[in-house]
Amino acid sequence: MTNVNLSPEIDNSAMTNAFHDAEFIAELRRQMLKFATLQVRDSQLAEDAVQEAMLSAYQHIDRFARQSAFKTWVFSILKNKVIDLLRKEKRHTAVSQLEDGPNLNGEELMDQLFKDNGHWQKHERPQKWDQPDHEVENAHFWRVFDACLNALPEKYGRFFMMREFLEMETPEICHNEEVSVSNLNVTLYRARLRLRECLEDNWYQAKVS
Amino acid sequence: MLNCKQATQMLSEKLDRPLSTKEKLNLGVHTSMCSSCRQFGKQMQELRFISKRYTKGENESEK
Repeated sequence: MTNVNLSPEIDNSAMTNAFHDAEFIAELRRQMLKFATLQVRDSQLAEDAVQEAMLSAYQHIDRFARQSAFKTWVFSILKNKVIDLLRKEKRHTAVSQLEDGPNLNGEELMDQLFKDNGHWQKHERPQKWDQPDHEVENAHFWRVFDACLNALPEKYGRFFMMREFLEMETPEICHNEEVSVSNLNVTLYRARLRLRECLEDNWYQAKVS
Repeated sequence: MLNCKQATQMLSEKLDRPLSTKEKLNLGVHTSMCSSCRQFGKQMQELRFISKRYTKGENESEK
């Protein structure tokens, strides 16, 4: 929910706790750094962006009653900083230098999922997904999601995050990364295929069996 | 006639660009007959929804 930070009943002890909870801050920093580094590909720039985002959040600390609200805020600041950096900097790394990952070559993935005639392999057919329904499950779900995201080949993860997390449009990503629209579309398709597969195997189906 | 490989790619691209009328028609014909690809289409939407929640800080242990 985005409106939580407007909550009238702000609890002072809760908001200072958000910062005194070392584990929460350490974990948040780690997630932010991972997010920023994957995007800007420069650890110093990423570090600076995270630092700045944290600082702006500290300055508005009285607005946060809960850790989740704080996290929303700090991530939205970081997201804007990352987009700014991407717009300003001409990419240092050509996308072609990013690895596709061992054994994750797109064609191999296709052969694993689809038969020669292009129809689903029987055991790879998508299954219905049920929603996580309580808090503990929910927290566990995000750990699985993180792991699946990390398992993506670097280029897949980067494009996926630009499109879905930074919500950048196709022309902007293509311009920044110097890739063709069709190349981007195929990469996003393969990233989603792989992510879908990983979530189904490790979360949705794992719960059933 | 689309096969599942083509249909799934189109279901992904649908999130990145508007499909042409012809593409929509072909995709509609395919998904009306193929429950696996129908499911896949729903999951593509779900992935987008999950990503939105991920960056909105809801990946904490609360709803």
